[in-house]
Amino acid sequence: MAFINIQNLTYQYPTAKAPVLQNINLQINEGEFVAVIGANGAGKSTLCYALAGFVPHFFKGEFSGVVEVNGIQSSQAALAEWVLNVGLAFQNPFNQISGAKYTVFEEIAFGLENIGVEREQMKSRIEAAMKLTGIAELADRSPYSLSGGQQQRVALTSILVMQPKLLVLDEPTSQMDPIGTREIFAVIRDLSNSGMTVVMAEHKMEWIANFADRVIALKDGQILLEGKPNEVLTSDVLAENGFGISRYTSTAREAQKRNLWKKDSLPVTLEEAVEGFRRK
Amino acid sequence: MNITISDLHFSYAPNVKALNGISLTINAGEQVAIIGQNGAGKTTLVRHLNGLLKPTSGSVSIGDWDTTKHSVAKLASKVGYVFQNPDEQLFSKDVLTEVEFGPKNLGYKKNKIDQLVKRALELTELTGKQETNPYDLSPTWRKMVALASILAMDTPIVIFDEPTTGQDFTNITRIANVIAELKKTGKTVITITHDIDFCAENFERVIALSKGQVLLDGSPREILGQEEILAQTYVDPPQLTRLGKKIGLQETVITPQEFLKALAQRAG
Repeated sequence: MAFINIQNLTYQYPTAKAPVLQNINLQINEGEFVAVIGANGAGKSTLCYALAGFVPHFFKGEFSGVVEVNGIQSSQAALAEWVLNVGLAFQNPFNQISGAKYTVFEEIAFGLENIGVEREQMKSRIEAAMKLTGIAELADRSPYSLSGGQQQRVALTSILVMQPKLLVLDEPTSQMDPIGTREIFAVIRDLSNSGMTVVMAEHKMEWIANFADRVIALKDGQILLEGKPNEVLTSDVLAENGFGISRYTSTAREAQKRNLWKKDSLPVTLEEAVEGFRRK
Repeated sequence: MNITISDLHFSYAPNVKALNGISLTINAGEQVAIIGQNGAGKTTLVRHLNGLLKPTSGSVSIGDWDTTKHSVAKLASKVGYVFQNPDEQLFSKDVLTEVEFGPKNLGYKKNKIDQLVKRALELTELTGKQETNPYDLSPTWRKMVALASILAMDTPIVIFDEPTTGQDFTNITRIANVIAELKKTGKTVITITHDIDFCAENFERVIALSKGQVLLDGSPREILGQEEILAQTYVDPPQLTRLGKKIGLQETVITPQEFLKALAQRAG
């Protein structure tokens, strides 16, 4: 039995004219790191919301099918129980930060306070989580005095500290600097290696290629492709459907036409590109 | 209209120093990208250009206007600023009202307003969405409304704060087209970005900030190959620059075209 089991999921927002997700079927194993790619409006965020239980509990609308995590169906569970297993970091940290706390440290404590974690344990968990995401020195700052990228780290940390079994991330690094982005991907990879299941909506192909186990490509609310990063991200189908692809892949495809790329498969990572372009 | 920044210092609070002695001249019509790590002072710097922030010490001038001597409302006729988060910027009941708001406030004639609004909507591909409430649009399109509302003001200087954040391939191309169009019409464009490939392919000057100071300033080719210095401000060179270096290309390449050309030359 897969850890996440989505069957025939179709969902339409209350005021929308058409479903944003259509007949999604998806199984994800415990500890897998799955990246969800697709154009804006393809349904990536909504899929994240469905996993986090916001759809249907918060957004209402027309929901059919099954979303099951760890053997429990989202439609049967109360949101308060659901969040004990599943954590979602929002696309826009401005929307996630509570506004009820004066410091970053307190903001990160918010979730733990709500589930009644004992004080000393709370402190050590917060300190460990802040160290992991590199924001220890921001502990006493106001969440609102931070830059966009720093706020995004705070939002992510406040979810990580809850130690969810399933971590759902909606473009968690969109406002982060490039090396910071790579570091956060590495942290998430480590968490996944230690058994946390990760589903991440993301546009950054290079880091998906380096860190994710599997890629799901969404188009117009349906799964267009899924598979290993190097299969999905080099597929012609992706290029034909207007997906962004990494410069390594697009440039090698161009080089192939000019007989400057000799391998059969196209690269998705720097290492694969170096391997294929290196002078023999 | 040149921008002159002299020894600019700024602190949000006595113990939080955001800018630490920045001196820069940006000439009329330049296309400048500002890069650097989170918290380096990028947004703080550009918020000085339209007077939203005033220097703690040092000075900022737009043309011959010192920003401390002119109101934000006055400076808005010279500097348009597209916020990082469109939700902090949008407030009207429909797209048309939103986009008209800026040029109306600048006191342009009806004819000119209509023309500017039409063009701004065309450039951002919002034509047909005039009647829609911006908050009924997806975040992607809200971003384009924010862009259009600034473009319609026809300011000589336009600032974009992380325009490509969370945007897909199609929309990044759309934003690149807007920037190219602004360049053609002689506008100064200053863009904060973490998307280094976007930076390499669309700008003629790159300024890397680190800890409130200018770390590097020059053409993309000069700046974006300096892997070790860029790492100080948490920036990686563009994908193809890293690749070119690793496969031993002689010169620094930053765009796909340059990479393929260098590859063809090497093949002979």
